[in-house]
Amino acid sequence: MAFWRRKKDEFISLGLSRAASERAPETQTGTETGIEPQPAMVARVEPAEAAREGPAPSPWQTSVLGLDLSIEQLQAREAALEQELSARFRRAVAATRESLSEKIDTVFAGAKKIDAELLDELEEALIAADIGVPTTMHVLETVRRGISRKEIDDVEKLKAAIKAELLSILHASEQGGVASETSVPENIAPYVMMIVGVNGVGKTTTIGKLAQRIKAEGNDVLICAADTFRAAASDQLAIWAERTGVPLIQQKQGTDPAAVLFDSLKAAKARGSDVLIVDTAGRLHNKSNLMAELEKMKRVAGREVEGAPHETLLVVDAVTGQNGLEQARQFLKVAGVTGIVLTKLDGTAKGGIAVAIAKELGLPIRYAGIGEQVDDLVVFDPEQYVNSLFN
Amino acid sequence: MFESLSDKLKRTLKNLRGEGVLTKEHVDAALREIRLALLEADVNYKVAKDFIASVKEKAEGQQVWLELKPSEQVVKIVFDELVELLGGQSSRLVFTRTIPNVVMIVGLQGSGKTTSTGKIARWLAQNQDRKPLLLSTDVYRPAAREQLKVIARATGQSIFEKPETNDPLELTRAALQHAKDVGYDTLLIDTAGRLHIDDELMEELVSIKSETHPVEILFVADAMTGQDAVRSAEEFHKRIGITGVVLTKMDGDARGGAALSIKQVIGQPVKFVGVGEKYDALEPFYPDRVAQRILGMGDVLSLIEEVQSKVDQDEAESQLKKLQRNQFTLDDFRSQLRQVKKLGSFSKILKLLPDQLLGGVGMPDLTDEQTELMEKELRRTEAIIDSMTGEERVNHLILNANRRRRIARGSGTTVAQVNSLIKQYTEMRRMMQGMFSGGGLRGKMMRRMAGMPGLEGDGGDAMMGGMAGSPAGLPGSSRKKKKKRRR
Ligand SMILES: Nc1nc2c(ncn2[C@@H]2O[C@H](COP(=O)(O)OP(=O)(O)OP(=O)(O)O)[C@@H](O)[C@H]2O)c(=O)[nH]1
Ligand SMILES: Nc1nc2c(ncn2[C@@H]2O[C@H](COP(=O)(O)OP(=O)(O)O)[C@@H](O)[C@H]2O)c(=O)[nH]1
Ligand SMILES: [Mg+2]
Ligand SMILES: [Mg+2]
Repeated sequence: MAFWRRKKDEFISLGLSRAASERAPETQTGTETGIEPQPAMVARVEPAEAAREGPAPSPWQTSVLGLDLSIEQLQAREAALEQELSARFRRAVAATRESLSEKIDTVFAGAKKIDAELLDELEEALIAADIGVPTTMHVLETVRRGISRKEIDDVEKLKAAIKAELLSILHASEQGGVASETSVPENIAPYVMMIVGVNGVGKTTTIGKLAQRIKAEGNDVLICAADTFRAAASDQLAIWAERTGVPLIQQKQGTDPAAVLFDSLKAAKARGSDVLIVDTAGRLHNKSNLMAELEKMKRVAGREVEGAPHETLLVVDAVTGQNGLEQARQFLKVAGVTGIVLTKLDGTAKGGIAVAIAKELGLPIRYAGIGEQVDDLVVFDPEQYVNSLFN
Repeated sequence: MFESLSDKLKRTLKNLRGEGVLTKEHVDAALREIRLALLEADVNYKVAKDFIASVKEKAEGQQVWLELKPSEQVVKIVFDELVELLGGQSSRLVFTRTIPNVVMIVGLQGSGKTTSTGKIARWLAQNQDRKPLLLSTDVYRPAAREQLKVIARATGQSIFEKPETNDPLELTRAALQHAKDVGYDTLLIDTAGRLHIDDELMEELVSIKSETHPVEILFVADAMTGQDAVRSAEEFHKRIGITGVVLTKMDGDARGGAALSIKQVIGQPVKFVGVGEKYDALEPFYPDRVAQRILGMGDVLSLIEEVQSKVDQDEAESQLKKLQRNQFTLDDFRSQLRQVKKLGSFSKILKLLPDQLLGGVGMPDLTDEQTELMEKELRRTEAIIDSMTGEERVNHLILNANRRRRIARGSGTTVAQVNSLIKQYTEMRRMMQGMFSGGGLRGKMMRRMAGMPGLEGDGGDAMMGGMAGSPAGLPGSSRKKKKKRRR
């Protein structure tokens, strides 16, 4: 069994039988926190009637109560959750929308016809979203071509064209041929995920959220605290491990992160974990020694588990400006990043740099962080993202 | 990465040379490129627009200096304006007699508040003779208080703790009282990261403020921040009144345009710059350096200024003359080494040098170990010259085997090391002769920097040779012409 997303499209067991096997022998210096059995989440069900049944209970809570629910009830819950998450995502990017869409709307409001001035203002609106000069130019170029071919002759069509262009960038990156959980053979365990990024973007928090989700899908998750540098980094992760009821392997500050990873891989194999999530210290992509350290970790992972790390997620803060592109470029080169997590979308920043990253490097945006709580992580949905930008 | 701004300008303006005054065409063409550079550096688009408009007004019709091309002239106007807007250098925090003076540290999540709190405490203790007490009011982020505690321990600063409460205000009151009781003159309050649109948490800051009447409220901003920087800064300022900015993660390669945006919307100066994860990685803010970084021109000017202020101009001039006449003696060499030392550490100097200055050849990528090695070489070189007689220093030709043995003994080095220094010195003389024949702005800068040995010439080589004394001391790196990434 591999990874939670794989199960998005299939019906999965409740994992009732798993509770017993959770008590694997303690390993090394690992700190283990209690694991509570949890109902597994069922896959994406079309938003059902259930959604209207008042506020959805948070399905992520670490409670055993869900165990006595029927499949139907769980399904309804899941549907409600999907609804809720998508509503929250929309709400979260609403602030974003205010700037970009409001801006674009004001641009459009006054304008009856498409002229150079309108296009200039449009350019500004895209720049304001941190999409960056080259990508903005690219979008506008496509639009201009449409205009000169007379395919775009009114403001509505212009709007649709920009939307389509942004979407096509995001969709193209999804096809981008990056490793995904579906390409990893079922018999490989643990499925290793490495979380990387510059300082302070939200790596550790994202791991807490991811662990919760993946575990809730019925997987046996293990976390590796390979940030041995920052003050109290592993204390922070330990609290997340406790919150989510997932065991954690850690060592004292200053230990070689590759050594902690090595221990974790061994532990994951010994206890038959399905997924190992690796926290790494924040590092600036221009520090060659720190990037080399990451490369070493990647090598260690690959030596212990075939094909590991199977997934390497680069966490990007939505407030990040143009430097984000260089970050992605360097982390891709050194750590073989397979996807982006765009965090802090609950603020007013638009995260447009992720679109530029998708375009330039073909890296898909996999998840979006929309808050500081454990359930504030959603699967990134390009349609919703672009739609929210354009109402 | 990006084509440098000066290259772009050169391309755009190459046909517009020597027309006496800056015409509208010159200015428009140059400003278009500069606008793009500002946007690429994350200057907010509105700020960039206003900025361009004001520069445009200033630039048109200006006399083009004889020495400059129109493109360079526009860059200079832009640069001066940018420096002006970024504001003065003001890293001193101004304190009153009250015990304690309170400093609040605020900002978005992950911007670097906790780390900066520790750095500033350490800095105040070391540079302003303060006795700081640290307090974390971040009761939300897991292990946030523990993080500050670890930092306090690492920097040898005191921290106030009250694990039994989770209420930021209660913590604040207790710490304030404790500071009064014990006599800590500065209370640094680290706050939880928050979004400027989080009303409840913003209100919390307001209460902490009214409880403590801080002398400083520092807004910590990540140098990598994009267009949104103006929004958050503006909102924090509106709510609690920011008195200064700390710009973190400047050790990265972000251009840091957010600094200009923030300055423009809140009108308060950047007081500190964070340049690393270690607790001594805090620097004052130099507007000219950041202006150059935003424009992508490297830190030429601040280096020139640093050199100028510390090097006796006349001496440099006379050395230049000697150099050209091939009379550059070991005495001169030594006095230059000393001037270099006055500038601070070697690695610092290397970091200041932009690629352009090195004629596009670039500097070798030096590890910390290598720089340390070079600094050691520098000291050894000086020791060797110190052990020479006056006569020997003026005329190296008399240095025969006997003399070299004596010098080696006197300086605690080996004859081989003495030999290699002399070889370096003669090579350097040769190289430096050709070095000052270049014209244009760069040539002029080089001349002004004559106080520094081998700053250019053959790219990194002359520098290594001149300063470190021996390429052998730098295994594999002194001859490598690798493009250096600026940091
Ligand atoms: N509003 C909001 N805050 C977030 C989000 N994700 C993380 N944060 C906050 O951002 C701050 C930094 O998060 P961390 O998870 O510690 O970031 P990190 O990348 O692990 O940081 P380092 O390990 O120090 O480099 C914390 O205060 C988090 O609570 C998000 O999606 N929205
Ligand atoms: N490279 C670099 N990292 C920094 C700097 N300042 C802070 N950091 C790192 O950024 C991350 C977040 O810092 P922290 O102080 O916890 O931010 P806070 O959430 O605002 O309190 C940590 O990993 C710090 O080590 C800096 O100037 N340079
Ligand atoms: Mg972390
Ligand atoms: Mg903090």
